[in-house]
Amino acid sequence: MSGTIVTHDIDIRSHDSDGTPRHMGFFTDTSICIGCKACEVACKEWNHVPEDGLTFTGESYDNTGSIGANSWRHVAFIEQLKPLEMADSQGTGGLRWLMASDVCKHCSNAACLDVCPTGALTRTEFGTVIVQSDVCNGCGYCVPACPFGVIDRREEDGRAWKCTLCYDRLRGDMEPACAQACPTKSIQFGRIDELLRIADGRVETLHARGESQARLYGADRGDGVGGFGAFFLLLDEPEVYGLPPDPVVTTRDLGRVWSMAGAAALTMIATVGAALLRGRR
Amino acid sequence: MAECHPVGFQWVMEAKERGATVIHVDPRFSRTSALADIHVPIRAGTDIAFLGGIIHHILENDLWFHDYVLEYTNAASIVGEDFRDTEDLDGVFSGFDPDTRAYTSTSWMYEGMATSAAPGSGEPVSHAAGENTGSGGIQLAHHEPQQDRTLQHPRCIFQLLRRHYSRYTPEMVARICGIPEDQFARVADALCSNSGRERTSAIVYALGWTQHTVGVQTIRTAAIVQALLGNIGRPGGGILALRGHASIQGSTDIPTLYNLLPGYIPMPHAAWIDDLSDFIEKNSSKAGYWAYMDHYVVSLLKAYYGDSSTPANDWGFGYLPRIDADHSAYVFTKGMFDGGVKGFFVLGENPAVGSSNGRFNRMAMANLDWMVVRDLVEVETASFWRNAPEIESGELRTEDIGTEVFFMPAAAHTEKNGSFTNTQRLLQWHHAAVEPAGDARSDLWFMYHLGRIIREKLHGSVEPRDRGILALAWDYPVEGRLDEPSAEAVLQEISGRKADGSFLSAYTELKSDGSTSCGCWIYSGCYADGVNQTARRKPHTEQSWVAPEWAWAWPDNRRILYNRASADPDGKPWTDRLPYVWWDEEQQKWTGKDKPDYPLDKAPSYVPPDDARAEKAISGREPFIMQSDGKAWLYVPDGLKDGPMPTHYEPQESPVPNALYGAATSNPARQIVSHPLSPFNHPPDRPVADDVFPYVATSYRLTEHHTAGGMSRFVAYLSELQPEFFCEVSPQLAAERGLRHAGWATIVTARTAIEARVMVTPRMQPLRVQGRVIHTVGLPWHWGQNGLSTGDSANDLFHLSLDPNVHIQESKAITCDIRPGRRPRGPALLALVDDYRRKAEAAAP
Amino acid sequence: MVPEATPTSYYGHPIIKPPIWKPEVGVYLFTGGLAGASALLATAARHRGNDVLARRALLIAFAGVTVSPVLLIMDLGVPRRFLNMLRVAKVTSPMNVGTWLLSAAGASTGVAAACEVLGILPRVQRVAETSAGLLGPPLATYTAVLLSDTAVPVWHGARYELPFVFAGSALASAGAAAAVLTPARDAELARRVAVAGAVTTLTGMQVMERRLGDLAEPFHSGPVGRFARAAKLLGAGGAAALALGGRRRPVAVAGGLSVLAGAMCERWSIFTAGRVSASDPRYTVEPQRRRLASGG
Repeated sequence: MSGTIVTHDIDIRSHDSDGTPRHMGFFTDTSICIGCKACEVACKEWNHVPEDGLTFTGESYDNTGSIGANSWRHVAFIEQLKPLEMADSQGTGGLRWLMASDVCKHCSNAACLDVCPTGALTRTEFGTVIVQSDVCNGCGYCVPACPFGVIDRREEDGRAWKCTLCYDRLRGDMEPACAQACPTKSIQFGRIDELLRIADGRVETLHARGESQARLYGADRGDGVGGFGAFFLLLDEPEVYGLPPDPVVTTRDLGRVWSMAGAAALTMIATVGAALLRGRR
Repeated sequence: MAECHPVGFQWVMEAKERGATVIHVDPRFSRTSALADIHVPIRAGTDIAFLGGIIHHILENDLWFHDYVLEYTNAASIVGEDFRDTEDLDGVFSGFDPDTRAYTSTSWMYEGMATSAAPGSGEPVSHAAGENTGSGGIQLAHHEPQQDRTLQHPRCIFQLLRRHYSRYTPEMVARICGIPEDQFARVADALCSNSGRERTSAIVYALGWTQHTVGVQTIRTAAIVQALLGNIGRPGGGILALRGHASIQGSTDIPTLYNLLPGYIPMPHAAWIDDLSDFIEKNSSKAGYWAYMDHYVVSLLKAYYGDSSTPANDWGFGYLPRIDADHSAYVFTKGMFDGGVKGFFVLGENPAVGSSNGRFNRMAMANLDWMVVRDLVEVETASFWRNAPEIESGELRTEDIGTEVFFMPAAAHTEKNGSFTNTQRLLQWHHAAVEPAGDARSDLWFMYHLGRIIREKLHGSVEPRDRGILALAWDYPVEGRLDEPSAEAVLQEISGRKADGSFLSAYTELKSDGSTSCGCWIYSGCYADGVNQTARRKPHTEQSWVAPEWAWAWPDNRRILYNRASADPDGKPWTDRLPYVWWDEEQQKWTGKDKPDYPLDKAPSYVPPDDARAEKAISGREPFIMQSDGKAWLYVPDGLKDGPMPTHYEPQESPVPNALYGAATSNPARQIVSHPLSPFNHPPDRPVADDVFPYVATSYRLTEHHTAGGMSRFVAYLSELQPEFFCEVSPQLAAERGLRHAGWATIVTARTAIEARVMVTPRMQPLRVQGRVIHTVGLPWHWGQNGLSTGDSANDLFHLSLDPNVHIQESKAITCDIRPGRRPRGPALLALVDDYRRKAEAAAP
Repeated sequence: MVPEATPTSYYGHPIIKPPIWKPEVGVYLFTGGLAGASALLATAARHRGNDVLARRALLIAFAGVTVSPVLLIMDLGVPRRFLNMLRVAKVTSPMNVGTWLLSAAGASTGVAAACEVLGILPRVQRVAETSAGLLGPPLATYTAVLLSDTAVPVWHGARYELPFVFAGSALASAGAAAAVLTPARDAELARRVAVAGAVTTLTGMQVMERRLGDLAEPFHSGPVGRFARAAKLLGAGGAAALALGGRRRPVAVAGGLSVLAGAMCERWSIFTAGRVSASDPRYTVEPQRRRLASGG
């Protein structure tokens, strides 16, 4: 099995044998993505996600544009006049076409979940983050809170929607629709710890082949969002793919901000008090 | 492959991860190129020059696999002295008649061997079409041609090949294809260094190779490369044809072609075939498995006619329809104009969008009396009478069209049982998941009940013409609420039975005495032991890597054809690295990881006696058991309409002259369907680098859409992924013509003008050819006017110059012009095209 | 932006989703602040025995807390589920905290205002008024946390300054509104609060923009820039008028309206600057790049 990617036999069951749920996630290896968009379609089919508009963007082969309420997977296409780095790959005339399937990161510290005022956003037994659509009241707070621009409100029904990591399928020990549909296993689904191990090996392999730009994104459990539940192997800087280079959960220094708000409130009282005192004179 | 066969491409990715070098040769930088190690942009229509260059490289650098070539190919065979090469005759082989533009192939034959009587359809050899001799090549008069095993004889095939390709140097490849010499050297090195005794390489192609006036010869060139490198019949080798969509392999095996019966048995020709014995005699070979033509045909007739098939009536051979001419697609479409073709069944196709020169096709359909369209949605073919582009242009008026169109909703593959046959000849069964909605029915349902009703209407008829229909064994069991015929019963009939009703286990059990019936001899055994072998789904983790228990492969569940070639002439694996099938001395039989595609008990030492026939006439050292000389053919002494060796011809419409030949620019034997609606940009054989149509256009597909769009443009989830028809151009061409990215462009040929959104991308690369810069316009051809995602149809631009062997159109390389902005509407569109044609005529030398 | 930085992005698409809040939320920033600070002013005035001012400030606060929830509910995707906000109490969700605050402040202010208008239950009124006065300042400042607890670069970048900007702005609006509606001789406290608030918020804005550095760009260009400039001119001008000529009613009215308009412009500029900064990927990427370059 070593050295192979497509036939990794990853354990896709979301529960231990005693029924204990496992911490599940995605590892999206963009170095083997072929841009077929099967993930986008499978996701929509399974989750009944509506059509997202018939607009020709001219942005290479990407007419989806970004992740949103009506597109929970998004394959980015980047045409670069940059030579491939692989040792034996000077044949492409200095042209590189990157493809990458983006998805909700299911952050360990999820801003959307933190800021949700209704508790509609919740963390599942698998460590993933989902919106309970029967609770969401469409306040829209999660939308700008997400450092990745993932979650969005659907115009037609006013509620927030995003990838659930196929929560319903996970409950039945099935892998998410996108991962199952991915022909090259660019999208791998499994236990986070196992995926992290595979990902490390994959980066090593690519580095050994001279693809020095290969790097993991979101694998570091100590990053600004505590590590992604859906992390990536990228072949360029994150922003090239439309991803933030150093995302931080917005609530990281919320305590201090609350203190500032308290101080500001006290300042108001003090200001009025001072005005009162001056007036007595 | 990543673009159109993403699911299969996983194995290419897997191979790449294990160290394989993936080389992609394509005018377009596609999703495949993005993942390949090397992408080689090539000028559309020059594949033979490229592959010929590789043959040159192999031969001149002594890189051919000596033992394999000498023993397993016809390299040593000697060709008669009347043969003249294109190198001698400036672009034509001997036997060419310029008046009929056809070859008489007598002079191509092996030394001392007379041209055989007609193979295939029984036509004279010069008319034999490639597909008639499908899986076996033509039949030789006798088995052993004269040979020079030193390969030094000037007329031995090895030397002919060498001379024929002597001018296909890297410089010539660069001049013709626009591929720089260093890049060509990298490709040739990569391929050759990964081939030979220790290693194998595979070639995978698709419509980019076939849709040319030289399509068959392009594949032939690949076959020569693979035979010289020893890459046939061995694991990791081969030539894989990626099909246009699911089960196209199946629809040639059990054909939808006019001139074949199931299992590549030729359709009898009215003029040249008298009775069954005449047919058998003219189509059997002495050596190889085609010697059993009588077994295959009688068993087929038994399957067709059941009890009505008796020795007394020649097993019903007289009931079979005959062909009397070329009835291929564009020819019969042309027949609609003159009233020769009055009715038209269109099942799961969309010729208004999917066929070359859509205008020709749609205008033709307007002359029909009736047309039946069965599809999932109302495709453009079904609605041409109300919204064809020709109605907008004023050429057609709905009220003038007399064609009665019957649109019948069809069931999707998820709504019916059946099998798909993939390119690897693997039959895979699919089960109905749901019942079709509404009035939708399967094609099987439609055909069965149509036949049933026709037979009921003909009941009691004494007309001779009705006898064949009434004689049919039309007794499939129906099941369920919808009276759906049992697809499994059909598969059983295809697999075949013995007289006692028990199932056949392999084609070797077929008989010519009427005791066996079999609907398709090569599929015989797919229902062996009464088990649907095609429905087997044992996971790869629970069986060997050959996975013989996953579905079923024809013939006889053999996964690699001619796999005896994976062992050396003595029956030992060529290398310990790649053991596959070998001769077991102790057990005195062939064994291995796959089922040997060979008589199991035929020892490598076997030498056929003089009177041997069939497989017994082939020695134990010859792996190609369907060929009458047991060998892979580097040179085809008979059976092809356009020459025994592939040679570079320019497309019908080319921006440059042929760098190799002065007289013949395009394939001299190409088939042209002449019609006023299908003019060419340039006068025939006069390619001009004129300013009127200065660019090359090529068509292709996108992952997001399916062929002519019936299964994708009507589906929101797919349409939104590629919502509009676009053309792809290089930044240089965009600058030259003032094309704006994401704006509109109009593409013009002598046929029509269409409009498309513009994708300016460095993925389209200008090529330097014969001192000129050649720009290519890339055209995904999925669109039409119906559905959610609509647009002009790229195929409207293409002409009707065809490959002479298989009648496929040249839709991968034409010339065109491109200009900024949208196309004119109405009669102004016709005026624009007329204007272009006048200018082109004026510019012609 | 920083010249040496290479702006790379995915076809210029924003990395984060710009806030989808409707203009109502921008207006609420003003009305909520006005309500909170007015309740505080009312309590202070009552404490001072200035019932004329207290009554007006209280009614302004009441108007504020009445309009505010309407604005918020109008913004919801599923308005009928407004009460879902109260099914949990979550300190990590400033909107949740704010809803509780607004509910409590609204109830207190409502009770106090009802007693005031009907002239009944003075003890209840006192308790309610004090409660409203104490809830007012957090009601006025939590909105700063609401905005800054997002990934919107300008808002999040200003998270430590914004509470003070909003506190000042709320005081300025409350003081100014009261100064406009109250006879000049009873409005001195209101004027002082307005001036102090305006000074605080204008100073806060300056500090905030300096701290934001490049991220402050939206405040200097386009429509946002015009509102930001107007906020400063109207706020400073109005405050000066109140301070220097506020004893004369017409000047007080003009100055008060100017401060109010300034406060509205300021809120609007901050609200819309958020959208601008979120829509341009540079504002998201470059601060993160700098953070990475400086080792986190």
